[in-house]
Amino acid sequence: MTAARASALAPLPLRVRAIRQENAESATIELDPSALPYGRLGASPGQFNMLYVFGMGESAISVTGDCDEPRSILHTFRAVGPVTAAMRRLEPGQTLGLRGPFGTGWPMRAAEGADLVIIAGGIGLAPLRPVVHAVLARRQLYGRVLLLYGARSPDDIIFRPELEKWNGPVEVVVSVDYAHPGWDGHVGFVTGLIPRARFDPAETVGMICGPEVMMRFAANGLLERGVPEDRIFLSMERNMKCATGQCGHCQFGPTFVCRDGPVFAYDRISRLLTLREI
Amino acid sequence: MKGIDAILAEHPFLGGFSRDALSVIAGCAANRRYDAGSYLCREGEPADHFFLIRHGRITLETNAPERGALTFQTLGEGEILGVSWLVPPYRWDFDARAVGLVRAVAFDAACLRGKCEADHDLGYELMKRFVPELVRRMQAARLQSLNLYGQTE
Repeated sequence: MTAARASALAPLPLRVRAIRQENAESATIELDPSALPYGRLGASPGQFNMLYVFGMGESAISVTGDCDEPRSILHTFRAVGPVTAAMRRLEPGQTLGLRGPFGTGWPMRAAEGADLVIIAGGIGLAPLRPVVHAVLARRQLYGRVLLLYGARSPDDIIFRPELEKWNGPVEVVVSVDYAHPGWDGHVGFVTGLIPRARFDPAETVGMICGPEVMMRFAANGLLERGVPEDRIFLSMERNMKCATGQCGHCQFGPTFVCRDGPVFAYDRISRLLTLREI
Repeated sequence: MKGIDAILAEHPFLGGFSRDALSVIAGCAANRRYDAGSYLCREGEPADHFFLIRHGRITLETNAPERGALTFQTLGEGEILGVSWLVPPYRWDFDARAVGLVRAVAFDAACLRGKCEADHDLGYELMKRFVPELVRRMQAARLQSLNLYGQTE
């Protein structure tokens, strides 16, 4: 019964239950987990799966769904390459191969009792969505929780209804790089929200996901506020192929992103982030 | 009701300012209130004030033919509006519009420049606050212009 789980290299075909467009480039695919061992994925926030479009190839996509919700598996992805474009064309009832879950997750335990500052850029909100769900399920375990989210424009915002729903128990602040008439939210790069955000830096855990340049500046923003290096976490993205640390495609200095990440403490990788050779 | 000195002392931009220095610049400051939709400044007009934002949100805009007002940045509580008062010819480079009710402290620019000229220590303390803010905004503008979220797979 556990053969599929035991073989991390063999994708298990799962039925596509639904697919919905998030914005012009991104979509969320919902998979039926009933073919998985025990009928559930058992992922933690921050982990990823390898999704296999049969006949096309495989892509590493972070888990987007609520990890406490076993009845569905959600992945949000940008349809910008051949594999993800083919994934976008899938229809309910078709199958998608899945290997996983892989990698390290966000340090939810370390954040307990602390303020939590979640900083997301673009599609980088997708791997952080399970964090928000985990927080909402146990809201009393955390102090002040902020979600600072940056998108290119109002049309590019993903999970818009949920952002509105989350705002309250979580302080959600959205900023766009380019506004159009009618947008009454913040305008400016997301890192501009950090200096005035209200949290206790010494007792804060930061979780950051987005384009790498954005993550560097967001981490610097938290450091400037006084958040310790070892309490800032980034979800790295490299060319993940095998997801088991064997092929070496995602080597990042002495680490493999697929095996040792994708979530890393900033103090572990800060020196690597500015190395152009890797 | 709080005096202007107390209001200035609470604003993050002036954090660490000595009581004496606050007292000196308070002579150039006045409380202002702006209703939603009103303008704190207009592009091309004399930059005769700079503002500490105490409450509310402001959009910075420039106008483009046939496109109307283009918002390129928003500012909020705890932030500052205006650096044009520091740089000749002291004219605003953009419009600043109140999104909702805005409460701010407005500094008379000529008054403040005069006090900084008369007391370079005071001027240096102010510059130590303006320069990091300018650097932060320049970095943010650079990142904003890179269209980072649009990069391909």
